[in-house]
Amino acid sequence: MTQVELQEKANLPAHGEQPKVTHWREYFSFSTDHKVIGIQYLVTTFIFYLIGGVLATAVRTELATPESDFVAPDVYNSLFTVHATVMIFLWIVPAGTGGFGNYLVPLLIGARDMAFPRLNAIAFWIIPPAGLLLLSSFLVGAPGAGWTSYPPLSVVSGKPGEAIWILSVLILGTSSILAAINFLVTIWKMRTPGMGWNQMPLFCWAMLATSALALIATPVLAGALILLSFDLLVGTSFFNPTGGGDPIVYQHLFWFYSHPAVYIMILPFFGMISEILPVHARKPIFGYKAIAYSSLAISFLGLIVWAHHMFTSGTPAWLRMFFMITTMVIAVPTGIKVFSWLATIWGGKLRLNSAMLFAMGFISMFVIGGISGVMVAAVPFDIHVHDTYFVVAHLHYVLFGGSVFGIYAGFYHWFPKMTGRMLNETWGKVHFVLMLVGFNMAFLPMHKLGLEGMNRRIASYDPKFTTLNVICTVGAYILAVSTIPFIVNACWSWIAGPKAPDNPWQGLTLEWMTTSPPPPENFEKDPVLATGPYDYGMGDRRTQVEVPLDEPRNPVLAAGPDSVLRADPDPAVAAHPDDRQGESHNR
Amino acid sequence: MKIPSSILTLLVGIVLTLVSLWYGQNHGLLPIAASEEATLIDRLFNAMMTISTGLFLLVQGIIIIAAIRFRQRPGDDTDGPPVHGNVPLEILWTAIPAVIVLGISIYSFEVYGEIGGLNPMDHSVAHAPSHQQVAKMPGAALAKRAGTAFAATLTEAESATDTENRNQQLQEKVLEDPATAKFRKELPQLRDSSDVGVTSGRIGPTPDKQGQDPEFFVNVTGLQFAWLFSYPGTDVTAGELHLPLGREVKLNISANDVIHAFWVPEFRLKQDAVPGRQTELRFTPNRIGEYPLICAELCGAYHGVMKTTVIVQTPEDFQNWLAEQQEVASSEALDRAVAVNPAERSDAEFLAPYASEMGIDAETLHSLHHH
Repeated sequence: MTQVELQEKANLPAHGEQPKVTHWREYFSFSTDHKVIGIQYLVTTFIFYLIGGVLATAVRTELATPESDFVAPDVYNSLFTVHATVMIFLWIVPAGTGGFGNYLVPLLIGARDMAFPRLNAIAFWIIPPAGLLLLSSFLVGAPGAGWTSYPPLSVVSGKPGEAIWILSVLILGTSSILAAINFLVTIWKMRTPGMGWNQMPLFCWAMLATSALALIATPVLAGALILLSFDLLVGTSFFNPTGGGDPIVYQHLFWFYSHPAVYIMILPFFGMISEILPVHARKPIFGYKAIAYSSLAISFLGLIVWAHHMFTSGTPAWLRMFFMITTMVIAVPTGIKVFSWLATIWGGKLRLNSAMLFAMGFISMFVIGGISGVMVAAVPFDIHVHDTYFVVAHLHYVLFGGSVFGIYAGFYHWFPKMTGRMLNETWGKVHFVLMLVGFNMAFLPMHKLGLEGMNRRIASYDPKFTTLNVICTVGAYILAVSTIPFIVNACWSWIAGPKAPDNPWQGLTLEWMTTSPPPPENFEKDPVLATGPYDYGMGDRRTQVEVPLDEPRNPVLAAGPDSVLRADPDPAVAAHPDDRQGESHNR
Repeated sequence: MKIPSSILTLLVGIVLTLVSLWYGQNHGLLPIAASEEATLIDRLFNAMMTISTGLFLLVQGIIIIAAIRFRQRPGDDTDGPPVHGNVPLEILWTAIPAVIVLGISIYSFEVYGEIGGLNPMDHSVAHAPSHQQVAKMPGAALAKRAGTAFAATLTEAESATDTENRNQQLQEKVLEDPATAKFRKELPQLRDSSDVGVTSGRIGPTPDKQGQDPEFFVNVTGLQFAWLFSYPGTDVTAGELHLPLGREVKLNISANDVIHAFWVPEFRLKQDAVPGRQTELRFTPNRIGEYPLICAELCGAYHGVMKTTVIVQTPEDFQNWLAEQQEVASSEALDRAVAVNPAERSDAEFLAPYASEMGIDAETLHSLHHH
């Protein structure tokens, strides 16, 4: 019996009768079901992604020629400002944490819902108005001071859009804090009995690290924005040198959140990739503990690197050195993850379907962004490339090559679970190839542009940069077109795709142990861990002790000698479902 | 004959190393280096590029080989080997990146020291320096150093207080102008600010010039959307930065309205110009030529056109230029700067040349600025 069969057999009673099909109206309601909320997040943020993509395409169209001829220069500034804000605050952050986090965390830990379902719904429902508010700024003069909104520029530009930007980001930050509290409590308190910390799927570790980071850093951003709004609207001078204020203080406060935000944007996808790779490589994840703890290390280190965005802005020398070293050190836990992923796929039986391709694309592209990240951490070199296209290239390799590839990998992997339908593989592969080509065409040449002297956030540039910019623009168009196969595929498959089995990929984590899509409370009974989350390839007699299902189950016995479950079982928790009835009402 | 995999790995490793070493030195990604500091930074970049190339090829190679070699064969539904981990291997790949980043950190630290970033910053952290401290700042030092060839050409009568306030005076002039009136209203910093003169963030003298005064100063002011350069001790204010070859120069950088950033890619140096602060850059240009000077920090709608030229010329040419400028300046005072100084023009006038280039007319511009 393979581990998959064992896990499924152990969880047969946990299946619901028949999945209660979620009515489409449910998705437009104030539902407190984490799965509905997760899908609400994903669909909403995807729409914002398309809007951000249209803005990006406009930016690249402007940059197809050296002259500023497509839009007026201040409109151009608004385009990239809103593009960045939408992509960060309305797409990657909410899609990763809110979307996949909400959908997956309770399923992965065998819980019936999030700890605070109503709070969860509120956290989602304040996002669409905040997003619409941000976009409405185009009607009155959109913000144009960059997504960083540095004063004094943001204050003196006198655009009503700046105030709208502040309010909208404040609301989105609030949503993020609410979600973070919910995740922390859910993961801490609601794991199914028998699931100790070290039997927990890696996505949950990643969400734990992300939520802690969001909870600590986001209030600082809120503080910075509130002070900025006072400067803007009331005429105070927190950041205004005239009244004794200091524009650099804003940068410290802003980056205290916004650098950790980079990890809020990437950690959930580190987690998702750690879930997807072992399933499709048919091998256990390599170095479970190293990956789990490196998430926490990244989360901690992420809090003490912010000033590397300010190497040229007037920080003292010792500060630059301190932040250079902390920034470089982040490469170590990140490197651990990357090498562990490589070791996971090495020697496996790789099923190269769309989910796996995107996951491997994620590693490949993220590594490029990570390497250039170490480069820009070096102060003397950063002085040269700061605020240039080199940085634009770096951040897109991390956030597009990383996060967005991660989101797509997640979409392809969990779509059958979410909708009960399979996606079309051929179109998925077309999507992947187009995206890979378009992405690299759009962003690889930017490294050279930046090194040679093209600064960022400009509508007109030196004609000597034309050729590379044309390549970037064509790449951006291909990237835009690559979205079409995905949208068509997702819409069509959701309505009329072939029905998905409960466990189409033979995964071992608990979300595959219920129906596709899962019933309202996920599991009929508390799910049972018969194996560790990644015990692939341990199905033969040599490595496994089979325990009849009607006997009380000890995960340590059920799992093979190499299983993660053997690593550190929690002896205080009974493994047999009947022993846990007393506990379940505590939820 | 079957080649043992250990030999194959060794060969691959050697090829990987050679390719990385070669590409790290021959990437051709950087523009020419035109300052002494630039050469040091390029060497650091080349070293990082070598390591990066190796790492890049290693990771991409593993992914591609895995995708080909370990793909699931049709009809094979079995799982891979249950390998959970390997502690020595994990320690190894934790240690290697740790050593690499430590190495890069130390190297960066050294380069940063060599370009003058690490020298003790006596007044850098002091807020609102006292008057005595201010007197020790750029202009004062210059007045004391009349011995050098260049400084001798400057009017020695210039008092310390005059030169040290040069930036501020200039900015005040700009602020009085109608074109910047709106900024004056909204952002009258430098008028009443107690913090004027706070110096922070600088690339100071290189270690061999530690304790010496720089050979000469230029005051740099960034304002929407132009750079102004004034040469202390003279009346010269220009819109292009002229520098003599091989002389160490110190730029005192300040901003008039919003944050700008002084960047010359060929010098590999960048420093933000922050309103209410003075930042400093000290370097030695070592190659004759004209290089773009770019504002690297978003400063408003016309950020993209805020650029000018740095002209590095022989000391003789530089002296001639300076003398010429001084002649003009003495008769026309600040008028000389008009050609590039937007202070005396309306926004539309100032932007007219750029506007025609961008295909928009004055009316569009006008409406842009007044909606």
